[in-house]
Amino acid sequence: MINNVFIYSLIITSCIGCIAGYLGSLMVTKRMALMSGALGHLTLPGIAFGFLYGIDISLCALAFLLFGSIIIWGLEQKTHLPTEAITAIVFSSSLALSFLILPEAKAQQALLGDISQLSLNLTLTTTFLCLCIFLIIRKLYSGLVLMSISKDIAHTMGITTKLYNLVYLICIALTVAMGVRIIGGLMTSALIAIPACTSKNLSRNIRHYAYLALVCGGSSCALATIIHLLIHIPIGPMIVLVNSVFFLFSLLAHKS
Amino acid sequence: MTHANPHTQPILLSVKNLSVSYDTEPIFHNVSFDMHKGDVIMIIGPNGAGKTTLCKTLMGLINPSTGSYHWHTQKISYLPPQELLSRKNLPPLSVADFFSFKNVTLDIITNTLQSVGLDKSILHKQFNELSTGQFQRMVIAWALCDNPEVLVFDEPTSGIDLGGAETIYSLLHNFWKQKNLSIMLITHDLSVVWEHANKVLCLNKKRYCMGSPQKILTPENLQDLYQSNIKFYIHEHNNDK
Repeated sequence: MINNVFIYSLIITSCIGCIAGYLGSLMVTKRMALMSGALGHLTLPGIAFGFLYGIDISLCALAFLLFGSIIIWGLEQKTHLPTEAITAIVFSSSLALSFLILPEAKAQQALLGDISQLSLNLTLTTTFLCLCIFLIIRKLYSGLVLMSISKDIAHTMGITTKLYNLVYLICIALTVAMGVRIIGGLMTSALIAIPACTSKNLSRNIRHYAYLALVCGGSSCALATIIHLLIHIPIGPMIVLVNSVFFLFSLLAHKS
Repeated sequence: MTHANPHTQPILLSVKNLSVSYDTEPIFHNVSFDMHKGDVIMIIGPNGAGKTTLCKTLMGLINPSTGSYHWHTQKISYLPPQELLSRKNLPPLSVADFFSFKNVTLDIITNTLQSVGLDKSILHKQFNELSTGQFQRMVIAWALCDNPEVLVFDEPTSGIDLGGAETIYSLLHNFWKQKNLSIMLITHDLSVVWEHANKVLCLNKKRYCMGSPQKILTPENLQDLYQSNIKFYIHEHNNDK
């Protein structure tokens, strides 16, 4: 059972789960949990494009996401509309586009995720990218939390809020682009939001909250991968279900 | 409140012909004043007069349309109105987490908390576990813990009852006295202005004026400022001042 595919799958899903959980702790703080789902939808035209022309789907997803994120960021600066409202406009347009071009045979793979074709190069690249995102976000974390409390205070304390938001959005885009490979384009919000909600139920301070979200994200993805490889249930839904079970346990622990 | 002669104190802020407009609508126009060390400047005026916009402009949050300002110190703490500070739906943010945004030692944090009447055990509490009064005192301690020279405070007692408001102003008064702090704050409470300010800046869309409370808080000025018949009574007692 333990072969290269198993090891690559376990490393890739765990790394993406960890970083999605860590970033998710900020997205829940900034009330952007639903936005991660919208960003997942934003990748769908990219995934469809990748399938059509035989290009790596994460790369295509990332290109569409970066483009979409820059549009969202630009509209946010120009219009002062809430981020989620702008995201809704951009993601629904891209979803409509993806349904027009997505090959029917690849629909399940695009929507529910697939880890059957992972390579050593992909494993190393994913691990490296996750580590970079972790280090960048760790550096910005306290500033981003302060911005959630008061943008004005953050600004007067020398935090360049526009730059922080841009870097943060790019990190989300990278994570979602990697995440769609394992969970598909429809359920990325689960990958990002549920570990953070689980952690929130169990934490008393911000440090504990951030790192517990990382651990919940990583362990749920690892467990879901093992179950997937054992009984061949699609990986995307399995990750969501394991995360949901973790969340239910956290609710019970919170009540007790 | 007895203030030192302002002309013997160094200037901390110079504002020259400052104007802010949103689109074509002027918010305030040609405001000029100086703030000296130890000044307590209180900004009064009707809603929509541009008081908050003025503070935000001076904090670099809004670009002025014309004019300029210059801070002669970097040690400035700014606090927006309490209702603009998110307390709900935050992550499990403890008071200790909040103080970690400032680069100060635990001893300093504990001492500052004690000086606003809070025990250090509050550090382990979460934001949403604090009462409104505790939260405001904690926020004042947070603003003061890194020893600023100037505190810019937008409506420090909004949402707080009369007793709580009195406590907040007493605390600010003590800090002003002990640390030779300079304070600029927005308030609607004219008795507080009379008692604590050495300069009053009154703003409305048509005009601004600045001077001592004795000079500014006259029935004519207040009528002109608020465009309504406002009376302000001063009860002098023999043992006062």
